[in-house]
Amino acid sequence: MAVLIDKNTRVICQGFTGKQGSFHSQQAIDYGTQLVGGVTPGKGGQTHLDRPVFNTVKDAVDETDANATMIYVPAAFAADAILEAADAGIEVIVCITEGIPILDMLKVKAALKNIFWKNTTSQNTSPKLVGPNCPGVITPGQCKIGIMPGAIHRPGRIGIVSRSGTLTYEAVLQTTQNQLGQSTCIGIGGDPIHGLDFIDCLSMFEGDPETEGIIMVGEIGGREEEDAAEYISDHVSKPVVAYIAGQTAPVGKRMGHAGAIITGGKGTASGKMAALREAGVTLSESPALLGQYMQQSMQQKETA
Amino acid sequence: MNIHEFQAKALFREYGIPVPEGEVARTVDGLVRIAKDLGGDRWVLKAQVHAGGRGKAGGVQVADSLAQVEQIAGTLLGSQLVTGQSGPNGQPVDQLLVEMPTDIDRELYLGLLVDRAQQRVVIVASAAGGMDIEDVARQHPEKLYTLYIDPVVGLQAYQCRQVIFALGLAAHARAMTGIMQSLYRLFMEKDISLVEINPLVVNQEGLMAIDAKINFDENALYRHKHKASLRDIRQEDEKEAQAHAHGLSYVSLDGDIACMVNGAGLAMATMDMIKHFGAEPANFLDVGGGTTAEKVAEAFKIILSDGKVKAILVNIFGGIVRCDLIAEGLIKAVKEVSVSIPIVVRLEGTNVEQGQKRLAESDLSIISAVDLDDAARKVVAAARGE
Repeated sequence: MAVLIDKNTRVICQGFTGKQGSFHSQQAIDYGTQLVGGVTPGKGGQTHLDRPVFNTVKDAVDETDANATMIYVPAAFAADAILEAADAGIEVIVCITEGIPILDMLKVKAALKNIFWKNTTSQNTSPKLVGPNCPGVITPGQCKIGIMPGAIHRPGRIGIVSRSGTLTYEAVLQTTQNQLGQSTCIGIGGDPIHGLDFIDCLSMFEGDPETEGIIMVGEIGGREEEDAAEYISDHVSKPVVAYIAGQTAPVGKRMGHAGAIITGGKGTASGKMAALREAGVTLSESPALLGQYMQQSMQQKETA
Repeated sequence: MNIHEFQAKALFREYGIPVPEGEVARTVDGLVRIAKDLGGDRWVLKAQVHAGGRGKAGGVQVADSLAQVEQIAGTLLGSQLVTGQSGPNGQPVDQLLVEMPTDIDRELYLGLLVDRAQQRVVIVASAAGGMDIEDVARQHPEKLYTLYIDPVVGLQAYQCRQVIFALGLAAHARAMTGIMQSLYRLFMEKDISLVEINPLVVNQEGLMAIDAKINFDENALYRHKHKASLRDIRQEDEKEAQAHAHGLSYVSLDGDIACMVNGAGLAMATMDMIKHFGAEPANFLDVGGGTTAEKVAEAFKIILSDGKVKAILVNIFGGIVRCDLIAEGLIKAVKEVSVSIPIVVRLEGTNVEQGQKRLAESDLSIISAVDLDDAARKVVAAARGE
């Protein structure tokens, strides 16, 4: 059943009536996502894109049973929007917004650790945050939450996890062209402090029967790829193909993403590539070859 | 966003962190006057530039007479200071800070930053002050003392005590606790991403922040409007500053193939591929999501203002950005700024057919490419005149 979201996911949009929120909500509806409504404070009771508008996320959840949200509010209000969604019991919170102050995210992450509830089988469930500063999540043919172009996707066997939006699209297009298709694609975002990380996603893909191979796209900065390498060698049995962006990036310069910076000699592409190679991951020297390497890995797995 | 030492020290003063008496000026006369007003017979003159390693580069000098103040100020003002961290062209010295000298018994290091892995603000302290802290971290990690702050309760007194005893500062416990608490408050209230006191000096009289470095979180500038006045554009790369003003993310590099890409990851990957095919990228440039024709035109102007650029690679994978919009911007920009060097364009994603059609219908000579490998190969060949 893919991971995180599927055809039964009931999605709302925060920042529903804004320009970005409207455009991408319409795209999601056209893709077949069950978009059940949206939130814009002060516009509750109105109808937008043939869906109800609510003043608060709690109202939206009470009325629509929504269990996922996509957030398109401006950076200044994004931390508040994430916490409002978590407080209302939303399980999957996808924050597209770019440019959130790092101290806001630091406080949000600390607060999220204290929010959990019992699910139907009485287990503790916490909200899962994806992003911010990310393209979102898509389970092709079922549910699209985010800004990715839906048309390049195709339901299939590969799970994709990436810190970069457009590099995710590269991997998607190639796996569509070579017929592998995608189970779920997750953009974890380019900020230094964010929600789901590589390990969370690798663990979900490993446990998902529909995912047969995994593509991960990392970049310079931080040590999540190194941590992921360690996790892969201990816990992941499915073939993993990876690409790391920023081999030519200079030290100490922020490369667009707030999190893409080499500091004190740490977080280099070569260090990450070495760690992943050590863990048995197939490294692609070019993002244009990810699909091809994935196909080869799948064939090897089938003949083995 | 970086600010100058004197600006950081003004914030320290506001938060009760002890700094030497001193003032900043842009002229020799002004500096001599400050020295006279401060009194005494020795002064420290410090070049105000956005680069570390000033001491070794001659940017910090001691004067024993007013005549010497005049002489040092005359030499430093208007010069380019090249330090180990400034790049080969150095940074312009427009202002000097004149301070009273401080007695030094010991030099410590104290810094605060965000640790992304722990998702906490971290305090780094060391008895090895006055040196490049990254060198200390590499060579003597045991000399660094780090502690993580819980955002709910903030910095606790016991944490300050840990640092105080680790650094042998029992005699100055109250002063050190005050400095640490103030620094943490400053960090949180002003949305700082890095604050450093290096060195924090210990002498007979107590503790004193001899140097001060502050970086603000760019993303939080909207809630500190007054900070815009602290920005010193002269200390920034001209093209990077110009790009920043237009909401573009740009980094100057040394190569001769320029690139214009949407998305930070893809922009880095495009640079990597240029290198992979044997050439060097001239820049990193992310035109971002939700871009406009005007923004693309501006990006082109910035790229073309770099005289060493021999060819341009445009690589756009449309997500939010529609390819027809990009094509429109390209055509407008290429016409506006007369481009005489080869342009390789790779478009993919939303509205790709309309985008390609518009480019083909224009009278521009654009080399089109099917994927990133193809694009990188073609632009490297084009730059070599093949």
